Amino acid sequence: MNLLDDIIIHIEGLTFTRNDRYIFRDISMQIPRGKVTAIMGPSGTGKTTLLKLIGGQLRPDAGDIIIDGSNVPRLGRSALFDLRERMGMLFQSGALFTDMNVFDNVAFPLRVHTQLPEVMIRDLVLMKLQSVGLRGAIELMPSELSGGMARRVALARAIALDPDLMMYDEPFTGQDPIAMGVLVKLIKSLNAALNHTTIVVSHDIQETLSIADYIYLISDAQVVAHGSPEGLLAEDSPQVKQFMQGLPDGPVPFHYPAPEYLDSLIPTDVRS
Amino acid sequence: MRMRTLELSVGGFMLAGLIALGVLVVNISGLSLSGPKESYTLYALFENAGGLTERSKVSMSGVVIGQVSAITIDTDALKAKVEMKINNDVDYLSYDTSAAILTAGLLGEKYIGVTVGADEEMLADGDMIDDTQSSLVLEELIGKFLFNKVSE
Amino acid sequence: MIELIASLGRRVLTWLMEMGRSGIFLFHSIVAIPVPRTGFPLLLKQLYSVGVLSLIIIVVSGLFIGMVISLQGYTILVDYGSEQAVGQMVALSLVRELSPVVTALLFAGRAGSALTAEIGLMKATEQLASMEMIGVDPLRRIVAPRFWAGFISMPILSMIFSVVGIWGGMLVGVEWLGIYEGSFWANMQASVEFGEDVVNGIIKAIVFGFVVTWIAVFQGYDCIPTSEGISQATTKTVVYSSLAVLGLDFLLTALMFGDL
Repeated sequence: MNLLDDIIIHIEGLTFTRNDRYIFRDISMQIPRGKVTAIMGPSGTGKTTLLKLIGGQLRPDAGDIIIDGSNVPRLGRSALFDLRERMGMLFQSGALFTDMNVFDNVAFPLRVHTQLPEVMIRDLVLMKLQSVGLRGAIELMPSELSGGMARRVALARAIALDPDLMMYDEPFTGQDPIAMGVLVKLIKSLNAALNHTTIVVSHDIQETLSIADYIYLISDAQVVAHGSPEGLLAEDSPQVKQFMQGLPDGPVPFHYPAPEYLDSLIPTDVRS
Repeated sequence: MRMRTLELSVGGFMLAGLIALGVLVVNISGLSLSGPKESYTLYALFENAGGLTERSKVSMSGVVIGQVSAITIDTDALKAKVEMKINNDVDYLSYDTSAAILTAGLLGEKYIGVTVGADEEMLADGDMIDDTQSSLVLEELIGKFLFNKVSE
Repeated sequence: MIELIASLGRRVLTWLMEMGRSGIFLFHSIVAIPVPRTGFPLLLKQLYSVGVLSLIIIVVSGLFIGMVISLQGYTILVDYGSEQAVGQMVALSLVRELSPVVTALLFAGRAGSALTAEIGLMKATEQLASMEMIGVDPLRRIVAPRFWAGFISMPILSMIFSVVGIWGGMLVGVEWLGIYEGSFWANMQASVEFGEDVVNGIIKAIVFGFVVTWIAVFQGYDCIPTSEGISQATTKTVVYSSLAVLGLDFLLTALMFGDL
């Protein structure tokens, strides 16, 4: 399909373990350029870990992550620094720096990566905050912001350098409907306006399906399914079906493994 | 936190530290700002140099004129040989000067007290003080006392 | 029985791995020489929060400890008629031992635990991770300034402790107990050697500063990023620092004063 013609990230043979447990086992993915790709799956399957691997914070046990020709696990310090200039990441909690105010938070990447004069930086910060609707909050400290506002400021900070790749880690989790709506709108419109590649990690079906162009479903350290939203909804496999429809029991069982029910209630030697 | 107040208080902190160092140097250790004085060497033999250590003071009439630099055993005389460094400007120690190991205060740091004699000639670098008095050993004192008592 | 030995072995290995991590951590933090333009303001801010804010507790403690030593010393020495030695006693015990050790213990409790909690919280709220993603090394920007601030502040605090303590000792001894002021100072100056006592005390303070700050920032950086993990890390900071300070103190004292 023509969606996968222009690939910005090639992930090949990725294997990652933690504490003797396979988080990813020989995974391969293609992230299309300029589109919104969603990575979904049950909790605890390591979706955040995948973002950290792409960003070079973690090193895989094996495999390649090639972003526009650069193989991330092989990059040296300064090459990684340059690559990160082209990436923006929105963490689940926003992760604003608590010892600076909103303005300094958004200005941080600009001050680190560029030599722009303060006047220009001020303009850029104001523009970024305007696009998330929080231009009036520049003087506030992170502790004075609500959760949703903090996330939006963090988003402004993440797009400060106009990155080619934007990564969102569980952006919809625990948000009220209004905040959710705002974020959905922002992710989609920023993707369209700034023309960058977006990766959204989430397990919120409804919101994610409304904005994703392509979806990868990960479970048990493997890619279980991938395709367009319509394609996945039509899939027959029980795993995909259980996840997409939110069924409580299926390949991911309802009952945690336990001995026979009757045996637990009445020990065998007492039964006549 | 305003930058000004921050800088001021950190500067004040560092200054307090420097002042504390200064006080420690001058008032508490009484470090003298003059360099080490030029000195010459004198020797003295003692029956018993007990309690005397290196860097013990050598003083005359209560004024410090030098310090002990080494304590060894003189194998010929089988006595303790104490080497002293005396300040160069103390050049009036007569040939018959005497040296005694005395105790300062009740808690008892030992020091060498020097008393000048009447001789015309002065002690020079490397000379030996002949007239010496050893440090008092408590057991000997008690022994002497008891002996005197018994003989009474 | 086998279980016991196995679990002991596991504990030792875990502890060794922690030692290893802390060594690598130290290397990366110190070798990261701070860039003067951005590094200096960060250092200044940390000097304020680590050094200046510790002043009050150090000064008050120093004062009281100096006064107590003077009082206790007087009651003992007066029986031997040697109460003029109080000045000497207060000065030597403070400068050689109590200033570096007590300052280090108080520092570990106040500044050390604050550092651990701060860095631990930054880790738990993903601030360190997001800083890394933006391309800034958190070891350089967050850890190194705090490390240098602790390292510089400790000797300064220790010297201030000594001076305030001796002054407190003088207050009690001369003003209250009636020791002759001249002999208080004279005996002190006669017995306190700058090279031997003051300098060694400062060396101790520098060593303690290094060790306490290292433990504090490492525990924060290495902690489990939950609220329970942070509380465990702060406890570890205070306990490990205190043990390290006391142990090193014995070692240093033996080295410095043992051969007298």
